[in-house]
Amino acid sequence: MIKILLFAHLQEAIGESELRVDLSGHTVGQIKVWMENQYPKLSLQQMMAAVNEEFAEDEVILNDGDTLAFIPPISGG
Amino acid sequence: MNTQLFEIVDKPIDIEEVKQKVVSRNAGAITLFIGTVRELTKGKKTLHLEYQAYPAMAIKMFKQISKEIQERWPEVKVAITHRVGHLEITDIAVVIAVSSPHRKVAYEANEYAIDRIKQIVPIWKKEYWEDGTEWIGDQLENVPYPKGNPPIKKEIFHD
Repeated sequence: MIKILLFAHLQEAIGESELRVDLSGHTVGQIKVWMENQYPKLSLQQMMAAVNEEFAEDEVILNDGDTLAFIPPISGG
Repeated sequence: MNTQLFEIVDKPIDIEEVKQKVVSRNAGAITLFIGTVRELTKGKKTLHLEYQAYPAMAIKMFKQISKEIQERWPEVKVAITHRVGHLEITDIAVVIAVSSPHRKVAYEANEYAIDRIKQIVPIWKKEYWEDGTEWIGDQLENVPYPKGNPPIKKEIFHD
């Protein structure tokens, strides 16, 4: 299982902050497409992602137990 | 007293506590940056704000920023606390304390820290305007990243 974390407007768009999905072996990019199919309101193509708290490109493959977070443009400070 | 150099908190920030973390007998200067919630942005009125963070990753990115600073200015010590949750106008959102043997570096390193926070630390601001709410995308107030991703130094991907 992979844990998916959602923040800010992404969280509000689907009404969940956390999902558990059986998508190990897939890439970040593939999971973005899967998420968009599940939640048509969601647009993830412009979003950065982080795997286990490190920024990750679309090619990175997810393994069982990994945490994938979608990172909308940030605005701290 | 909490001695963690990098923190995400949901209560008001104690400026003195952040400063104490960088006090050093080798320091001749300590700079404090205090980021506060402003009421007007280009004439638009904020009623209050809400900050949300991805805390585990935010702390990692604070450490990354500190590492970048120490590579550039080896004698500097950095502490950062960012607040999340509901904030009112004039409340403190972030405090950055930097100590250094000399003044100029303390200023420069502190500015570097806030610039990098705005680039790589996963914290989001929700504006409650007079006429509605909005998650602020970036400091230009655009929602998507212009180039599809934030300006990340490549080494972050390999650390």
